[in-house]
Amino acid sequence: MSKVKDYIYRPEFECMTRSEMENLQSERLRKTVELVYNNCKPYRAKMDEAKLKPSDIKSVSDLCKLPFTVKHDLREAYPFGFYSAPQRDIVEIHASSGTTGKLTVVGYTQNDIDVWAEVAARGLAMAGVTKDSIVHVAYGYGLFTGGLGAHYAAQRIGASTVPASAGNTIRQLTLLRDFGATHLCCTPSYAIYLGTEIQKAGMNIEDFSLVGGAFGAEPWTYQMRDELERLLHIDALDIYGLSEISGPGVAMECMQKHGSHVQEDHFIPEVIDPETLEPLPFGSEGELVFTTITKTGQPLIRYRTRDLCTLTSGKCACGRTTVKMSKVKGRSDDMLIIRGVNVFPSQIESVLMNINEIVGSHYQIIVDRAGNLDTMEIQVELAPHAFSDEVKDVESIRRRIEHDMMGNLGVGAKITLVSPDSLPLSEGKTVRIIDKRKI
Amino acid sequence: MLVNQIAVFLENRKGRLHALLGALSDAGVNVESLNIADTKDFGIVRLVTDDNDKAESALAAAGFTTARGNLVGIEVPDKPGSLTATLGKLSEEGVNLEYVYSYSRSGGKALILFKTDDVARAEALLK
Repeated sequence: MSKVKDYIYRPEFECMTRSEMENLQSERLRKTVELVYNNCKPYRAKMDEAKLKPSDIKSVSDLCKLPFTVKHDLREAYPFGFYSAPQRDIVEIHASSGTTGKLTVVGYTQNDIDVWAEVAARGLAMAGVTKDSIVHVAYGYGLFTGGLGAHYAAQRIGASTVPASAGNTIRQLTLLRDFGATHLCCTPSYAIYLGTEIQKAGMNIEDFSLVGGAFGAEPWTYQMRDELERLLHIDALDIYGLSEISGPGVAMECMQKHGSHVQEDHFIPEVIDPETLEPLPFGSEGELVFTTITKTGQPLIRYRTRDLCTLTSGKCACGRTTVKMSKVKGRSDDMLIIRGVNVFPSQIESVLMNINEIVGSHYQIIVDRAGNLDTMEIQVELAPHAFSDEVKDVESIRRRIEHDMMGNLGVGAKITLVSPDSLPLSEGKTVRIIDKRKI
Repeated sequence: MLVNQIAVFLENRKGRLHALLGALSDAGVNVESLNIADTKDFGIVRLVTDDNDKAESALAAAGFTTARGNLVGIEVPDKPGSLTATLGKLSEEGVNLEYVYSYSRSGGKALILFKTDDVARAEALLK
């Protein structure tokens, strides 16, 4: 029997008919296109190149005429070149890792923070969060959007919010139990870890008041949900988001536990074929693309998320009519998600290339899951000239790489030094990633 | 006396030490002393052989990374306390040892090999 009572936070939007939704989207899309064309240089250039004027975009059916936006575009405009608002209107700046170590920056106006709080609050309502709830946020607070996104959502609803942030498991468990948290927000793997530590810490799950939680920032399986629900005695729901679009809350799973409702009055979703870039019909698996239609700081048009999933339409048993996205099934690029942190092999390579004592272009990344926590090992070839007969010299090279990697990626990696020319090559191209996780 | 040593990088993988020794025996090199410093992730094999040049090229051909260097070698009587006395002199004079290893020889003497960054001083003190 489920403990969570899913309720619809904003039925006037979440239960619209298809035609009402499309009318609203069309109106908001027109405004957004006008806004970016007049205020964001890269968008004006893209549209000029495609010989498009804002007046060419009349409704959502014209969306497919617009050019795509990719992460690389944001990096080219680093740091603030994608703003459509003046700097003085930006009230918060977030950033996530880019492909070469340069951050992807997102500026939010107060309006954007309000939109974010609104959509994320709709999500937490699916997990049954009300004014009476106590929401424990164990996502990291900082440039990463997880912590503040869940925080804004809980505050918007008026729940008691515990900004525990990440780390210190014993303290987390003590706070959860003693404060009587009803909801937990963190990555699913960390939630499972917390669950497995309860017994080890000499605590009893019966002394906790948890009923539900919103878990995201990394892909997870239905098997992981079963385990998480069993360990913590809760309903565990998937929350989806990405900082470029808005952070967590872009979509969230309702208590049907079968697909996440996209807040499509704010973000229009599309699924495209990542090769041909053609839009695909509902039910086809492809790359998820979002267009923000209510943001004013840094609206994005047809932003390619690189996440692979399926969209479905139709009224859900929960009563909502918004489009649902399936669980993310993979990536159309080589990005890895390690303990909720986005890591690109190219970032790893740029760190390695700066270290003389190794052959930077030869490396292999091995990702695995120990218990329920992701592990990353990077094997690198020690350069012959750097080898010494003393352990401390070789060990200091290894430690320095680990240190640089942590500083650059924001997540720890174990460095293993191997002999030159010992890493496998296949068809002349190094096999760089071995992902042993079964997601 | 100075003793030339070959250090070999050893990955922490099954069969690596066997492969290393195989490369040496295939080349007809006789190993006189072998010492392994190991960590969780890798090892460093320190070798003295009857022909270090030949050993080094055989190891390179087998894909091993090597580093040559000189150790200070000293013969001490094979009985309790003799090494203590020898090392005591170095300690009093502030000569740092990076590592030490030994192998027993017949004839009542033991050869002690040690690595120091001040070879000249160590040799002078031990004369």
